[in-house]
Formats: sequence, structure tokens, C-alpha cells
Amino acid sequence: MRYIPHTAGDVAQMLGRVGVDTLEQLFVEVPEAVRLKRPLDLPEPVSEIELLREFKGLAEKNATVETYKSFLGGGAYHHFIPAVIDQLISRSEFYTAYTPYQPEISQGTLQAIFEFQTLICQLTGMDVANASMYDGASASAEAVLMAVRLTRRKRVLLSRALNPRYRATVATYCKYLGLELVEVAVGDDGRTDSADLAEKLDDKTAAVVLGYPNYFGVIEDVAAAAELTHQHGARLVTAVSEPVALGLLKSPGELGADIVAGDGQSFGLPLSFGGPYLGFFAVLQKDVRSMPGRLVGETTDLDGQRGFVLTLATREQHIRREKATSNICSNQGLCALMVTIFLSLLGKQGLREMAEQNLSKAAYARQQFASLKNFSIAFAGPSFNEFVVRSKPPVAEVLVGLEQAGILGGLSLADDYPELADCFLVCVTEQNQREEIDALVAALQGGAA
Amino acid sequence: MDFPEELKYTEEHEWVMVEADLAIVGISDFAQEALGDVVFAELPEVGTVLEAGKAFGVVESVKAVSDVYAPVSGTVEEINTDLLDAPEIINTSPYEDGWMIKIRMADAKAADNLMDAEAYQAHIDEEG
Amino acid sequence: MTIIGTSGLVLNEKLLFEHSAPGRKGYSLPKLDVPKTELAAELCREEISGFPELSEVDVVRHFTRLSTWNYGVDSGFYPLGSCTMKYNPKVNEVVARLPGLADIHPATPAHLTQGMLGLMYRLQESLAEISGFAKVTLQPAAGAQGEMTGMLVIRAWHEARGSKRTKVLIPATAHGTNPASAALAGYDVVPISSDGVLTLEEVEAHMNDDVAALMVTNPNTLGLFETNIEAICKLVHERGGLVYCDGANLNALMGIARPGDMGLDVMHFNLHKTFSTPHGGGGPGSGPVGVTAALAPYLPGPGVECDGKSYRLESVNESSIGRMMAFHGNVGIMVRAYAYIRSMGPTGLKHATEMAVLNANYVRARLEGVYDLPYKNRSLHEVVFSDKDLEGGCHTLDLAKRLIDYGYHPPTIYFPLVVKGAIMIEPTETESQEVLDEFCDAMIAIAGEARDNPELLHDAPIRSKVRRLDETAAARKPKLKWEEVG
Repeated sequence: MRYIPHTAGDVAQMLGRVGVDTLEQLFVEVPEAVRLKRPLDLPEPVSEIELLREFKGLAEKNATVETYKSFLGGGAYHHFIPAVIDQLISRSEFYTAYTPYQPEISQGTLQAIFEFQTLICQLTGMDVANASMYDGASASAEAVLMAVRLTRRKRVLLSRALNPRYRATVATYCKYLGLELVEVAVGDDGRTDSADLAEKLDDKTAAVVLGYPNYFGVIEDVAAAAELTHQHGARLVTAVSEPVALGLLKSPGELGADIVAGDGQSFGLPLSFGGPYLGFFAVLQKDVRSMPGRLVGETTDLDGQRGFVLTLATREQHIRREKATSNICSNQGLCALMVTIFLSLLGKQGLREMAEQNLSKAAYARQQFASLKNFSIAFAGPSFNEFVVRSKPPVAEVLVGLEQAGILGGLSLADDYPELADCFLVCVTEQNQREEIDALVAALQGGAA
Repeated sequence: MDFPEELKYTEEHEWVMVEADLAIVGISDFAQEALGDVVFAELPEVGTVLEAGKAFGVVESVKAVSDVYAPVSGTVEEINTDLLDAPEIINTSPYEDGWMIKIRMADAKAADNLMDAEAYQAHIDEEG
Repeated sequence: MTIIGTSGLVLNEKLLFEHSAPGRKGYSLPKLDVPKTELAAELCREEISGFPELSEVDVVRHFTRLSTWNYGVDSGFYPLGSCTMKYNPKVNEVVARLPGLADIHPATPAHLTQGMLGLMYRLQESLAEISGFAKVTLQPAAGAQGEMTGMLVIRAWHEARGSKRTKVLIPATAHGTNPASAALAGYDVVPISSDGVLTLEEVEAHMNDDVAALMVTNPNTLGLFETNIEAICKLVHERGGLVYCDGANLNALMGIARPGDMGLDVMHFNLHKTFSTPHGGGGPGSGPVGVTAALAPYLPGPGVECDGKSYRLESVNESSIGRMMAFHGNVGIMVRAYAYIRSMGPTGLKHATEMAVLNANYVRARLEGVYDLPYKNRSLHEVVFSDKDLEGGCHTLDLAKRLIDYGYHPPTIYFPLVVKGAIMIEPTETESQEVLDEFCDAMIAIAGEARDNPELLHDAPIRSKVRRLDETAAARKPKLKWEEVG
């Protein structure tokens, strides 16, 4: 086996040194009764050539955002990935290292995380960001738990316009913690209904969670929600699943958010059928000791040189065990590096330009849809790069028709929103050329559906 | 290691100095040494009602965290706000500048049952 | 002896933000091909203050330099105990990047993703076979999320039976994620002592009608097989509880014994440990969970199902605990792990385990007598020494730092907590006898240095990019981001 260096001679010599005669004797502590007395029932091993052939065969059976014109969003986005990212993360000093437990030989990882934390703070307008969480959904769940810890309250309001898979994840995390999850209705414009929010907020409420933009692509009035939330001493959590929007939109921090959770997939991570993505998590300075996840801080070494270390670790599971702020250990380190490289390349101008392209292309598509006879725009609220389309013909038929034209036309909302069973969610990014958008519209007009 | 005679001690390594019905509380020289460089101290708000034996605060070093327990019941009268910015005072002056809170005792004799310096020394020797 | 640690030319590098120059660009985008839309002014932010402006060359050089300050498995021996830092095969990186696997949107309909769903299904089946469990979910993102998933499943099973148990037993040797994960399932943690291996008596003493589960790690964090596991599982089951197994150390058991056959009810896998996927400087990992048939209805969804002809994502059913993540887990990591299983096959996986255990025992044989070995039972894949016999006032930390000067990544230190000054060495199967010999020579040389010239240990490391860092100052006045001066 090419990954295992031992020759028969090595094995014999090593067994001799250990003082046993056979490999079998190394397992003397494993009771006979629990031994596996047959070979594992798995396919025989393949060579590298065969492996590549097998995996290419599997790969050919999938529709990708390259083989189809894709308008799928809903928490995972098809964006530009600069070639630099994969070249740099393929340096194996990055990807074959682990958690920087020994800072003297982990300064590369540590400095990159420190830069990541800084970029997330700048982007979100918050004071402190951690080294990453698993994804936007689990980060949102951790944000809810943090708000519960801070307020010692048990009621949590989730906007119905928050990504339904984020809501489901929050519900799983809270399942056995005795919390009350309450849904806040969506208004006619696709924003969270402020009257319903005002009515449901009370002095037992720990947190209000809003998407920014929300699942319908609509830009919430975060400032107003923050004001209402703070009047009751609760915390406002904004969940950002499309962070490209923050290249253009006011930062959640500026609008009064207390915790910002989100997903960084849009920043240079391949779609990869849903993961690995990256959860980001940012808070206010006063709450830093309640936050989950690893933190890197700046310090100096014995010679006075600048260096970086893991810090404020007493919040974490390896020290505080069952009283820790989270159970998270491994996070999404390499994904955080990818995001750091992406944001370094795009920088101040690039992120704005990319955001403007998303906004403009989606607005163009939205106008085209609005002009179609059988389709209309469901929500009038301001949107970024996604919008909800209402369809006269059955949505399932429309989407299958588009597939046959080589288009992944959008996400049906039927399963998550029975009241929007006649609607689908369309996403347009800088990857969609005008011709693609025109082709989508033409297919619908021509009755591909 | 230094355990002043005029103080009372708990098994959890807090010390108490009684002045009438006021109890001044901190952690012992032994505790600060075992913990290492203190990097953070969390103290209760003034006015908090404390119950003897229940945690009232936390002291942390880089790689350890320890609850601090109320030696007596009562109400928090004052906290040492200097510790919030300079928790290392607990290391450099555990019995004087490093005091943590002052408790207005519900029962002025509550501290009488705590260990004296000699008993505390014996307790540490026993804990090994 | 050759010391492989040496000092080459290491380049300094500022922070990204300190490089920035207004107007510099490191990207290109096509010209906008639709009319430009303006967002309402009240929604728009100002430019992002402090955001970097760099050229592509700046960025490439920056991160290339940073990479040289790191130590990875590809740099050298990385015997970090309980982390299974085995070699990460390169072809796995290639297959994970095939466009047909990397560029699939997670909401693409099942009939257009049969290749990927088939791969995931086969990985589920392979993990079930390796572990002896009835059903596997791939969704959890890492070991700790797998633990939480497992504990939620246990809780759901109890609740479905109307049982309101509130406690979970966890041995003192456990990884800190165990108690933290149990707490997330709403359980109170009862620590139990374990001196070496867990005894039936110890478990019996704590097992009562309020205990929902026992969490064990097998082999445990001392590298010892829990020899009483069958009897312990039987006892816990008789008293109405379940047993969770932390599978972090599965590398010691592949093809030898299966946790599912020992009476364990739930176990998480760490694909980034046992199944060779890269650790990525702290992730992404992947933490699938296997369960017995009785617990299968409670697993999170969606999972991949097969009707004999095609694969589909089965949506969450009534009894399921729900979903742990937005989509289907860290799929890119699953692709690498499946490539590993295909490359190794049944005999290769067993061989990996045998060589991992041989390597740990070889290191133990070479270092026993030089370093204190607190537990004498036969080790499996890792071995734990202590610093008791280290002279010159030197401790485990000093030894670890001196190993850096010799060119090695230090072992896991000060864990498990039951060994004072623990030094936990897990060589894995991918290291040759020569590498182990060089490492053991270094360990022995350092023990000699501690006796004859302890300052070498106290001052170490001296060959690394930075020397020992002031962690106390970092924690007292945390500086957690770069800020513009002035």
C-alpha cells in the first residue's frame, strides 16, 4: 500500500523490539468475543488510475453550475472563485496542519485567522469575530444560544423570512434546552412584519433573528427591528447567508445588530453540494467572553517580536467542559483561509463592484420576469440578488421544463412555505451573463414550462 | 506560602477578613499560585444577595478557570473594580490589594466557623 | 544523530492591512452587461473602512510566506495524540476538485445528482460496515457536532419512550467536547473516575434510573482498549440507558473489532482523523454518526436512500431530531474519505490499523525507561508518557518546545487530564521505522539535555519563526483584530 511504508523486514524488526511475535499479539487487550472474525465487506482496493476513472464516472452523472445555466441560490451561491485561492490553499503547510496548538510553528495559520477575524469585523461592523463556525445555519443556532446565555431568558423569535434550513437548525440545537421558539410573520412586501414583531416581543424574549437579506432576497429593516428588540432588552441576531450583499448594504453593526452570524461560502468557496462552507460569527466587545469558538490574539514573543496565539480559551470545551460556551472544537479553518484570500484579492473596490453586478443583474432579471404574462414578482420590498417569482403554471412543471432547456431555473418554495406553493426563488449573480438571463426569460415566455 | 493569622479560610481556598458585620473576601496565596497568572476576574454586581457555599465570581488564568464561592451569606456591599482592569493584582497581592468583594453579612458570626490559618495549612497539606 | 530541525531563510511578512495601498487591485470582473442599478441610498454603506487594497502578487506572496511559518504532516512527523495526523493522499485532493463533484449546487434535483448521491450512499454503507452500526448519517460537520447529534438522538429515543432521564456519565479521561456536547442535549454531566480502563464496578456505582447514557471513548485517550466494554454496555442497557462511543480513536480498530458489535449504541467518526482527510489548520472536518437500528429513526436528515435503482435525499421524518446544518454536511470531505476507503480496500484498512498500533508500540518500547509510563497495559494506536522522570526542573511544555528545535511537531500535551504532565504520542501508520527511530533518538537526547543542560529546554524553541509567546499578556488585554493607528 503506497501510503504505508513498512516492509516485511521492518515489521519483523519492530515486532522484535516490541517483544511480540505476531501482529495479532498487539491486540491482546481486545477480547476475543468482540473481534471481527471475517474480512470487512468492502470492495477491493483500486489503483490511482482506477480511482480517477471511478470518480470521473461519478462526476459525469451530476448537473453542475457549469454544465447548466444556474439560477439557484437559497443559501449557496455560484460566485467567481479567483484561481489564486486554490493555488495558495494547496500549499500543504496550510492544509496538512491542524489546530495551532503550538504557536511557534503555526504562525502562518494564526496570522491568517487574525486577518480573517479583522476582515469579518470590518465587513459586519462588529467588534470581535471568531475563527469560524461550521456554516451559517449552525452559527445562527450558536448565536441564539449566546443570546439566551447573555439575557438568561428563554424565548426566541425567528422571522418566517429567515432561511428555513437555518430555522430548522436552530430548532435542533434548542430542542432539549427548554426554549420557546416563536415565528414572526412575513409582511406583504417580503420583509418581516414589524407589527407582528412588536406584538410578540416581550420582556422574556432573549433574541430576535432576521435574515439580512432574508430568504426571499429582501433587505430587512434591521435598524427598526433593532430598536424594537432593544426596547425589550433582547438581542438582535442578523443571519447573513449571502455576504456579498455586505459589499453594498449598511453593515449589521451600523444598524444595531448585537450578534452577526452568517455563511462565507460566497467568498471563494466552491458549491461542493452544500459543504464545506464557513460560518462566521461576530459580536460586540462587551459580550466577548460569552462567544463560542476559537479566537486568535496578538502578543509578543520572548524577543519582543509580534506573534499570534489562541486566546481567551477558558470559554472553550477543553477547559470549561460542560460549562463551555459551545462544544465546537474543529471549525472550518481552511475555509476561513479561503475567505481571507478572497477578500484580500477583491478588497475594498472589488467587493463593492461584485455586489453592484449582483444587484444590477438581479434587477435586470426581475424586470424581465415582471414583463412576462404568466409570471409576476411576489414581493415589492427592496432586494439584492434574489427574488421570488409567482407563477401561474405549476412551479414543478415550470422548473422541469427549464431543466430540459439546460437551465436550473430556481428553488421551489412549496415545501418550506405552503402559502407560496405557486412561487420559486431566483438568484442571479455576476456569473450569469445577460444572455443566460435572456435565455431563462425566453424559455418561460416560449412556454418551456 | 503565606496565610495571615488574622484571616479565616474556606476549603475552596477563599479567605475572609471580618470587620463587624462586613466580610472582605479574596482567594488565598495557595489558590493564586495554583491558578497561575490571573488574566480575568468576574465579580458580582453590588447589591447581589449571596448564599454561603454558592459561586459568586470567577477567576481565570490562561488555561484554567475557577469559581469563587461565597464563604458567608449576605449582600455584596462593594467590589474591587481595580481587578477588572488589572486582575494580576490577585497574584501580586492576594490578601490586600487583591481583595475581591465585601459582603454585608446576614449573620455577623457566620465566619466564626471557618478555618483559621493553622487549620487551613493542615487542609492544604492533606489535599496534597 | 542528525537533527532535522535547522534554520533556513524565513521571510518576515506584515499583516495584509499594513500592505494596503489605495487604488491597488487584485481581481478582475467582466464589464457589466446590463444597465447599472442603484440601491436606495438609505440602504447603502460607505466604503468598508480598513478593507485591504492589494495586487494579486501582494496576496500570493503574503500567503506563501505565511505558509512557511507552519508545520504540517507534509513537513514532517506530527505525532499529535488523539488527532491521527496521518498522511493526506494527494489524489484525494484531485478527485474532490473534479468539477462534476465540486460545482454542484446543493439544491440541484436528485435525478441530476445521481453520481454524488451514489458516492454519499456508498460512504454511508462503508462506514456502517467498518463500524458495525445499522445506519449512518453524514451530516455532522465535525466530531463535536457528531457527538451533539448522537446525544440528541439518545435524548430523542428516551423521550419517545416517555423516559425523562437527566444525567450522562462521562469518564475523567474524556475529551472536553464530550461533556460540552452532552450539555447541549440538555443533560447534566456526572464525571466518573477511570484509572486506566473503566471498570464495571465504577459504572455500576453511578448507574441509576436518572442516567440516560454513558459516554466512552474506545480505545480511550490513554490508548487503551476498554476491556470491560461488553459487560459495561450490558449493564447500562439493563438499567435503561444507552452507551455513546467517541470514535476519535477508530484508527486502532479497523478490521479488528467493530464498536457496533460491542454493544455500543451510537458512535461518531472523524473523517479527518481515521479516513485521511486533511486537518486544514483546524478544519473542515466531518463527523458522521452511526447508530443501532433502534436509534435509526431519530437520526438527522436528510440522508441518502436507495431504492435499488436510484438515490434520493430522504427528507426529515417525524421522529428525527431535525437538521444539524443548512445542507448535507461537509460533502467535499466525504469525497476525500470515500476515495481513501476505495484506495485502501478491506485489507488496506486493516493493515493501516495494524501498522498504526505497531508504530505506537514501537515508540513505547524505545522510550519506556527513559520516560515515565504511567499505564502498563498493552497500548493500541497511541501511548501516553508523563514528565515525572524529566530532570533539570523541566516539564512537558519544555520538552514539547525543544522537540520543535529538533524538527518535530510536539505530541499532544497535558491531556488526558488524569496523567500529570501527559505526553500523548500517536505516530499513525504512515510513518516509517526510520522516522520513528529519529524521533525517539530526539526524545532520548532531550531527556539527556534536561539532565545536563536544562536551559536548552527552558529557552526552546530557538529555531522557529518566533520564540515562546506571551499568552498571559494576550489574554489580559486581548487584541483580536488589526486596527488602523491614529
